[in-house]
Amino acid sequence: MFASAAIALVAVLWWATAGALDRQTDAAVRADAIALAERWREAGATGLAEAIEERLAVDVENESIYLLMEAEGTRRLAGNLDRWPNAPPDEGSWFRTRVLHDGIAAEARLHRIDLPGLRLIVGRDESEREQLRRLLTEGVFWASGAVVLFALLGAWLLRHALQARMSPVFATTAAIAGGDLSSRVALSGRGDEFDRLAQTLNIMLERIVTLMEGVRGVSDAIAHDLRTPIARARAKLEDAVSEAPEGARPGVPPDEATLRAAIEQGIADLDGISRIFQALLRIAEAEAGARRAAFAPFDLVPVLADAAEIYEVAAEARNQQLATELPERLDLVGDRDLLLQAIANLLDNAIKFTSPGGTVRLMAHTLPAAIEVAVCDDGPGLSPEDRAHAGERFFRADKARATPGSGLGLSLVQAVVHLHAGELRLEDAAPGRAPPGLRVVLRLPKP
Amino acid sequence: MRILLVEDDAEVARFVKKGLQEAGHTVEHATNGRDGLFLAASEQFDMLVLDRMLPGGVDGVRLVETLRSQGNRTPVLFLSALSAVDEKVKGLKAGGDDYLTKPFAFAELLARVEALGRRPSVDAPATKLRVADLELDLLSRTVTRAGKRIDVQPREFRLLEHLMRHAGQVVTRTMLLEKVWDYHFDPQTNVIDVHVSRLRQKLDKGFDKPLIHTVRNAGYMIRAEP
Repeated sequence: MFASAAIALVAVLWWATAGALDRQTDAAVRADAIALAERWREAGATGLAEAIEERLAVDVENESIYLLMEAEGTRRLAGNLDRWPNAPPDEGSWFRTRVLHDGIAAEARLHRIDLPGLRLIVGRDESEREQLRRLLTEGVFWASGAVVLFALLGAWLLRHALQARMSPVFATTAAIAGGDLSSRVALSGRGDEFDRLAQTLNIMLERIVTLMEGVRGVSDAIAHDLRTPIARARAKLEDAVSEAPEGARPGVPPDEATLRAAIEQGIADLDGISRIFQALLRIAEAEAGARRAAFAPFDLVPVLADAAEIYEVAAEARNQQLATELPERLDLVGDRDLLLQAIANLLDNAIKFTSPGGTVRLMAHTLPAAIEVAVCDDGPGLSPEDRAHAGERFFRADKARATPGSGLGLSLVQAVVHLHAGELRLEDAAPGRAPPGLRVVLRLPKP
Repeated sequence: MRILLVEDDAEVARFVKKGLQEAGHTVEHATNGRDGLFLAASEQFDMLVLDRMLPGGVDGVRLVETLRSQGNRTPVLFLSALSAVDEKVKGLKAGGDDYLTKPFAFAELLARVEALGRRPSVDAPATKLRVADLELDLLSRTVTRAGKRIDVQPREFRLLEHLMRHAGQVVTRTMLLEKVWDYHFDPQTNVIDVHVSRLRQKLDKGFDKPLIHTVRNAGYMIRAEP
C-alpha cells in the first residue's frame, strides 16, 4: 500500500517536471509563432524573413528551428532547415520529427503555420530536453526502486517491532488457553496503546477469575454447606421409620400419626434446605457480580420505608419499636430486590436479637460521596473477634446459637454491599453500655 | 379448567397431574416441547403449565413465543429450576404470565394456576369489591363491613384488595409479597402472616363470622362461608 502510494507520488512528480518541460517548449513556440505572424502582417514576407534571420543570429544555444517557404514550390525564404520536413501535416498542427539543422540531426518539436502564399515552421531542438527527460526518467526509476526497497524494509522492521511488543500478549493468551488463569500481560511502562490493550486484557482476566471464583464458591457451598442440613433431615426421617412408638414392641411399625409428623417435618426440612440453597445462590450471584447487568437507577428511600413497613409488624409482635430516620431522597444505581433483601436480613436479625421492649432503628443519610444506611439494635452486640467472622457463610456467634437462623443473613448483606462497590461496617451501637447493641452500617457509593 | 402440562420429569409430572386432577381440573400431559406445542396449538386449553427446560428442541420459552406469535393468548405458568431474576424476566418477556421456581409446594402451584385461570376481566373494572357484608370501594379507598367503616392503612388496603379480587381462591404468602409489596425476596420470618393477622383483627373485630381464613400449608383465602 505504502509502495503503491509512493509510486503514484513519483508518477505525479514525473508528470509535473517532464510534462512541464514539454508545455514550456510549446508555450515558447506558440509565442514565437504569434510574434512572427504579427511581424508578417506589419512588414510582409521580407520583414518576416529578416526577423527569422535576426532570431537565428541571436540564438546562441542553437535551439531554435525556423523554416519559411513559399506555399507552393520549394523555394526557401529563410530559416535553418535545409528542406521541408517529412510528412508535413496540415496548417496549425503540432508534431515531432527528426530534422537536420545547421548540420546537426536532432529531435525537434515543430509547429506549422500557413500565411497567405507562405508556409512557416517554428520549432525547438529537443535533443537537450530529451536528455533531461531521460535523466528524469532514470531518476524516477531509481526512486521507485528505492521506495519499494524501503517499503519492504520498513514493513519488515515494523512487523518485527510489533511482534516484539505483542509477544507478551501472545504468551499470556496462550497460557490462559492452556488453563493457567493467573498469567497477566506484562506492561512496558510506556503507557502507549499496547499498554492500554494489555491493561484492558488484564482487567478482563481479573473479571473472569472473579466470576470463576464465584462459580467455584457455589459448588463449594453446595458440596460443603448443604451436606449438614441434608444429613440432619435424613437422620430425622430415618429415625422416624426405625423408631417404634412408645410402649410398642420392637419391630412393630410406627403408628400413622408419628409417621405423618415425621414426613411433615421432613418436608419442612427440605423447604429449609431449599431456602438455604436459594440464599447461597443469591450470595454467589452477588459475589460474582453476575447481577450487575440488572442494575438500574432508583430511589432507595421507598425501599427502606417498605422494608420498615414489612418488619414493623414483626417488631410490634415482639413488643419492640421500629424507628426510622430517612431523608427525602437517596438516589442509587443498583439492584432493588437485593438491597431490600439485605435490609430485610438486617432488620430480621436486629428484631431477633433485641429483647422485648427494645428499639430497632433504621437510619439513612447522605455523605459527600456515599449513602450510609444503618440498622441498630439494643441486642447483645458482637465481640470484635466475632465481627471479623460475621460475614462468613454459616458463621453464628456463640450467643446466637439458641436463636433460629441459617448463618447466611450477613453473608448475603456483605455480598450485596460488595456488589454495589460499598463497605459493610459492624460496630457497637452504644459503646460502653451493657449490652452494647449492634450497629450495621452499609456504605454505598453515590452514582 | 382444562390444563396442558408440559414437563419431562415423570415424577414431577405425575405429582402435578394428580394434584390438579384432585382439585377438579382436566390435565393433558406432554413430555417434550414439540408434542406440547402441537397440543397447545391444535386444542383448546384454559391454561398451560410449562417446564422452562424441555427436551425435543423446543424449550418452554420457544413454545410460548411460538404460541404468542400465532395469537394464542392462553395463560402460561412457567415451572423452572432456573431461579435467577433475569431468567424469570426472560420467561415473562417471552409471554409467560407467572413463574414458579422448583422446588415448590403443590399448594403454591395450585393457587397460582387458579389465580391465573380466573383472572379478573380487564374490560369492565369494578369500582367496588364485595365479600359477604364486607365492601371495598376502590374509588374512595374505603372499607366497610355491614355498613360500618373500618380504618385500614394503604398497604392493608392493597392486601385486602388482592385477597378480595381472588375471593374463594387460595393466595400464598409469596404471591402476596410479589403482588402487594412488589418485591422478590425471602422475608426469612413470618412477617406476611403478621400483616394478614393484623388485617384480620381489624375486619373481624365485633363480628362473629371471620372472613379471612388460613389454609393450612398454603396461604390465605377470603370467603363468606367458613
